[in-house]
Amino acid sequence: MLQLKRSLLTFFWLSLICGLIYPLAVTVTAQAVFPEKANGSIIKKGDQIMGSHLIGQLFTRPEYFHGRPQAPSPQYDAANSGGSNLGPSNAKLVAQAVARVQQVRLENGLPLNASVPADLVLTSASGLDPHISPMSAELQVRRIAGERNISENELKKIIQQNTEQPLLGIWGKERVNVLMLNLALDSIARNRR
Amino acid sequence: MTSSDWLCVILLPFTTTALAFPLGEFMAKVFNGSKTFLSPVIAPLERVLYRLFGVDEKEEMSWQTYALCLIIFNIIGIIIVFILQIIQGKLPLNPQKLGSVWWDTALNTAVSFGTNTNWQSYSGEQTMSHLTQMLGLTVQNFFSAAIGITVIIALIRGFVRKSSGSIGNFWVDLTRSILYVLIPLVMIWSLLLVSQGVVQTFSGSVTAQTLEGSRQTIAVGPVASQEAIKEIGTNGGGFFNANSAHPFENPTPLTDFLEILGLLLVPMALPFTLGAMLKNRRQGAAIFAAMLILYLAGLGVFAWSEMQGNPLLQKVGVINGLNMEGKEVRSGIINSVLFAQSTTATSCGAVNSMHDSMMPLSGLVLMFNMAIGEVIFGGVGTGLIGMLSYAMLTMFLAGLMIGRTPELMGKKLELFEMVMSVIIILSPAILLLLLSGIAVTTRAGLASLGNSGPHGLSEIIYAFASTSGNNGSAFAGLNANTVFYNLTTSGAMLVGRFSTIIPALAIAGSLANKKIVPASIATFPTTGLLFILMLIGVILVVGALTFFPVFTLGPLLEHLLMMTGKMF
Repeated sequence: MLQLKRSLLTFFWLSLICGLIYPLAVTVTAQAVFPEKANGSIIKKGDQIMGSHLIGQLFTRPEYFHGRPQAPSPQYDAANSGGSNLGPSNAKLVAQAVARVQQVRLENGLPLNASVPADLVLTSASGLDPHISPMSAELQVRRIAGERNISENELKKIIQQNTEQPLLGIWGKERVNVLMLNLALDSIARNRR
Repeated sequence: MTSSDWLCVILLPFTTTALAFPLGEFMAKVFNGSKTFLSPVIAPLERVLYRLFGVDEKEEMSWQTYALCLIIFNIIGIIIVFILQIIQGKLPLNPQKLGSVWWDTALNTAVSFGTNTNWQSYSGEQTMSHLTQMLGLTVQNFFSAAIGITVIIALIRGFVRKSSGSIGNFWVDLTRSILYVLIPLVMIWSLLLVSQGVVQTFSGSVTAQTLEGSRQTIAVGPVASQEAIKEIGTNGGGFFNANSAHPFENPTPLTDFLEILGLLLVPMALPFTLGAMLKNRRQGAAIFAAMLILYLAGLGVFAWSEMQGNPLLQKVGVINGLNMEGKEVRSGIINSVLFAQSTTATSCGAVNSMHDSMMPLSGLVLMFNMAIGEVIFGGVGTGLIGMLSYAMLTMFLAGLMIGRTPELMGKKLELFEMVMSVIIILSPAILLLLLSGIAVTTRAGLASLGNSGPHGLSEIIYAFASTSGNNGSAFAGLNANTVFYNLTTSGAMLVGRFSTIIPALAIAGSLANKKIVPASIATFPTTGLLFILMLIGVILVVGALTFFPVFTLGPLLEHLLMMTGKMF
């Protein structure tokens, strides 16, 4: 009985420390020191929320760079994360890859036997991956140059400017944030007008 | 593998070991009651808390009392988490107005977080209110990790003390684990994570208008504070369904590195704590070495298998068949491999990629890490308990060979210790095979499969290896949110946890009672290379004998059939 009473008291006070004081302390500090990051790295145009730096968006129009296909339906729903969980020998995985490879070839005017980068045809783990590989971005340059009347060189420069590097050059992969790329495209279009 | 891939593989174990050693020494001081650099700040708070708890700091407990306190404390936690989920709809901090959780899911989650497993049959952002995540789940993340630490400390005291009836004070050990070890680490970690973009707010979702004009609902919450303890306490339960693959849990390569580092840190430090408390640092280093060798060997096979790519995908026009299914671009292959190897070797279970989509032989390594009982670093505390049980088994076998009563670290091992350590080693394994057997022969078990063929069997084995080893990661194609899986995995988690903890305390009590045998010329040295190799051998033999048949039918068969171009 003595230990039961101690259990309840210990549970109560330690819960208070770990479950309320600790998250509150972190929230207060985070909101004071890194308010922009702590609230989701939100991108705004005026009062309009455009999205988050860190969360991918669905792009299907030909004049935008396209991101990775995603497993959850609808795609890029940032209140429903997850991967396909298809095993490597699953026929559905291969069938999906066949269809997406073909689509990428057709959309970008590639030869019908061209191989395409894996990240552009296979779904991510989060369903929200904001990045593609630089190779996947460059593959779309010709299509976008045609659609938007921008030179291919200029597009390649935009890709380069938006390429993020691995930590210390080794940890993580070189990657391009698709939303940032497309925001850059739109701002060029606005400046021209 | 590229040269930067190799550098990642070298950088990680090197950095973690460099940090684990001082942490291990620090923990030894904390649990010996010595002064540390944190004492001036924390000791006054500690004294106030003992008064509030009604605990006498000086009181010593027998192993039975220690176990009783632990069990009561753990059960209260499980009950509270269960109730919180059922009534969350009526409680504050619920901006998404989420309703009460189904009873079987709520039970499974309560057991899961109470046992340091963090198996999640629910989807975080759609099921749990902010209050449940904080006051229920985050709290259990601390408590279950702290309980793991208390038990290993008690077991170490069993080896250190001579002719003593007590193994320490549960309340004191628990409080110290939280105040001196976990809280300082998670404060540092959570702020580092926020600085990179992990969210930390009490607001509800943000609604954005995308460039193409559709609406995107972006779920946020107090993520960083839960993320930090999720790794440091080897818990692994994510705020979001996608866990550490979600950009709000793990946005950059730096957070990726910090999270792997965090989940390895305390389990890696504990062997050094053992060495420091025994005042035999070579002993701690020897145990650490055995763990590290197993970790690196598994990593080698795993990285090789995953780097090969998927031949089925290569054939249909994917460059190199690179297996990016279920992986994030910012992590790529090698960091997904390092994360997965670390999260299954320790009993963390956080994931930055979807294990279900890994190559068959990669899956085999992951299942092996969990099935041998989570002893390669393992869970916070429980990993070293498992490893010491294997060490006892090793010395028993060595004793049989040379015809002497086995000894380990100065204590004679007799019938009682051997029975208990075999219970620790075998109960999760037996349970895994039994429950997998039931699942593959019943309709309820098979209805949940997300993949067919041998990969389907792998999904079931993985589920029970993960839950009985208190890991919590999943081959998530399996729909585990059914009454059948919620109940069977709850059982596996409870048995997996308490068949480690209770026998470990029993061994601690029995060893503490014994005299210390002075080392003589006939003592088999347990700090040398021979011991390390024998220990690894015993683990591999036990693992192979128990799981070879079922691994052959699952991942191995899938690998062979895939090589011939077969799909399912």
